[in-house]
Amino acid sequence: MSKYTEDDLEKELQTKEYEYGFYTDIESETFPIGLNEDVVRAISKKKEEPEWMTEWRLEAFRAWQEMEEPDWANVNYKKPDFQAIAYYSAPVAVDPNKTLDDVDADLLAMYKKLGISIDEQKKMNNIAMDIVVDSVSVATTFKDTLAKKGIIFCPISEAIKEHPELVRKYLGTIVPQKDNFYAALNSAVFSDGSFCYIPKGVRCPMELSTYFRINQAGTGQFERTLLIADEGSYVSYLEGCTAPSRDENQLHAAVVELIALDDSEIKYSTVQNWYPGNKEGVGGVYNFVTKRGLCEKNAKISWTQVETGSAITWKYPSCILKGNNSIGEFYSIAVTNNYQQADTGTKMIHLGKNTKSTIISKGISAGHSQNSYRGLVHMGPRAENARNFSQCDSLLMGNACGAHTFPYIEVKNNTAQVEHEATTSKIGEDQIFYCNQRGIDTEKAIALIVNGFSKDVLNKLPMEFAVEAQKLLEISLEGSVG
Amino acid sequence: MLEIKNLHAGIEDKEILKGINLTINAGEIHAIMGPNGAGKSTLSAVIAGKDEYEVTKGDISLDGEDLLELDPAERAHKGVFLSFQYPVEIPGVSVTNFIKTSINETRKANGKEDMPAKEMLQKIREKSELLEIDRKFLSRSLNEGFSGGEKKRNEIFQMAMLEPKLAILDETDSGLDIDALRIVANGVNKLRSDDKAVLIITHYQRLLEYIKPDFVHVLYDGKIVKTGDASLALELEEKGYDWIKEEINA
Repeated sequence: MSKYTEDDLEKELQTKEYEYGFYTDIESETFPIGLNEDVVRAISKKKEEPEWMTEWRLEAFRAWQEMEEPDWANVNYKKPDFQAIAYYSAPVAVDPNKTLDDVDADLLAMYKKLGISIDEQKKMNNIAMDIVVDSVSVATTFKDTLAKKGIIFCPISEAIKEHPELVRKYLGTIVPQKDNFYAALNSAVFSDGSFCYIPKGVRCPMELSTYFRINQAGTGQFERTLLIADEGSYVSYLEGCTAPSRDENQLHAAVVELIALDDSEIKYSTVQNWYPGNKEGVGGVYNFVTKRGLCEKNAKISWTQVETGSAITWKYPSCILKGNNSIGEFYSIAVTNNYQQADTGTKMIHLGKNTKSTIISKGISAGHSQNSYRGLVHMGPRAENARNFSQCDSLLMGNACGAHTFPYIEVKNNTAQVEHEATTSKIGEDQIFYCNQRGIDTEKAIALIVNGFSKDVLNKLPMEFAVEAQKLLEISLEGSVG
Repeated sequence: MLEIKNLHAGIEDKEILKGINLTINAGEIHAIMGPNGAGKSTLSAVIAGKDEYEVTKGDISLDGEDLLELDPAERAHKGVFLSFQYPVEIPGVSVTNFIKTSINETRKANGKEDMPAKEMLQKIREKSELLEIDRKFLSRSLNEGFSGGEKKRNEIFQMAMLEPKLAILDETDSGLDIDALRIVANGVNKLRSDDKAVLIITHYQRLLEYIKPDFVHVLYDGKIVKTGDASLALELEEKGYDWIKEEINA
């Protein structure tokens, strides 16, 4: 007769395997390791960027040199040696000017393994996809269909050349070069990422999606995403991320800037599944990300994230609610297992009148992991009748993990209302036994309980990805025991 | 169908069941009664396979198959159902989703395809009507914020959906008002058939007014000390348990 104790539960959770941990042998052009002004210039030159862009990068680099890596987050790790990283790596076979049909066969095989068949993507009429491997964007689908509506969806390197007026106007306006240590680093060395512009009054007819993949060893990935929703427009955007299993830690420092002009709406969803390290906590991606959006009048930004990967996560997708009646939302599921550490949450900065924000955070910790929610709700002096509702729930499995909540609230307007609710619970043996008794085995029972716990957030994901995310939660927590 | 032989079981070092012998044939309804602390709930938990109890001696078999070799989910797949005295809450998982998962996992274990959605819906409709369960109730999170009566009714609803070979009702009558009791009993009686059996564990006789047992057993200090027909339940109701104790100690 099999017994099922807390220890077994823990053991089972530790059998987790990372199914995206393969490495594809693609010929790559990788810069030597190290970072200085010449490297920054070389990246810029490689991307055939205009002079203003090179200068912008150098400005960021100089600022970065004066900055210190932040240490206030509730995470412990060995600080990366920034001179031991290669700052540019590109699959050789990819020429940004080539079409999808020219994409290297090995790359195509890799996507297949990742579960992305570009052919299929081509056929599906509701998702347009940009794929970034290491430092460059290798394929963008549906460009022409989108162009008919005036929508621009392309690699940011291309946008810098083809739409400099838009990039110059908005790049760095939401996350300035000097915003923080990692944002400054990203501004100096970013090599690619996605750019998106939705014209006035246009409702983007399909999901836009970017798939990020780190492949090469010893490289950092620094992608930059800039998304502009012009007045009265709507767009739903999704990003996914994976990396091979490696013993050393890989650095990922991305910046995402969203601009939601009057009456527009941006829905931004992330399924982050970077390599989390092995069960002893060796390897894994350091995920240091700055994501922020600006809402003008009546605009709305929703961040939805499912974070299951990375050894260290440091990430706070935020909304600046500048315009009156603007709305910010943050829905998050963060899963940590083994020795993963996550410090994630949001900032809702209420500046305009009648601004509203909702925060729903679901943290699930297992193994020896540490999972922290950190959030700021700021009500500015002019934020008349602003409202916030925050709910932070933590689910613990086993006895060796930790869940932490760090809510910060600043209120400078006495008509503003802030509500905060928090709960902590544990998957109990009684719950597992109850499920078992109804014929649901332990693995499925955990999945059911976790999915139930995360339901409010899963419901916010676009349909196509909700199922994928649900599956990801199961894999993250149960191992691939079949 | 169910055969329990010389069953000894306990928790940590404390022996609670001290040699239970019980045979339940298909088509029969048995009731186990007894004072608090006699081991009634332990017996139901041990049959279902709850791991905090250790079986030190004896056998339990279902249709000749050794149940003690199977984990709780496998026992469920073989048709063992336990209506819990204290059903647990699972937030965010609706009654419908839970029962759907339960049915399909059981079917999968028995080499069957998922139940077609149409059939599932039909069945849910039929069984929820039988148990006078409101449609809205089915979309609520499992047992979360349910009243005592709702929880029990939900247990019997699941039983009706799963149509188990052997249903064990652990103190299902506690916390039920008279209307709910009638509804629950009706659900159990509907399940009654030649190839199924029911084991009712109860402290009081009142549920047995609605579900007529073929056999009544008295459990006292970890052993079955007396067996009779339905009239034994009435006798216990009238006289309490003390006379049994005296009879044993005499």
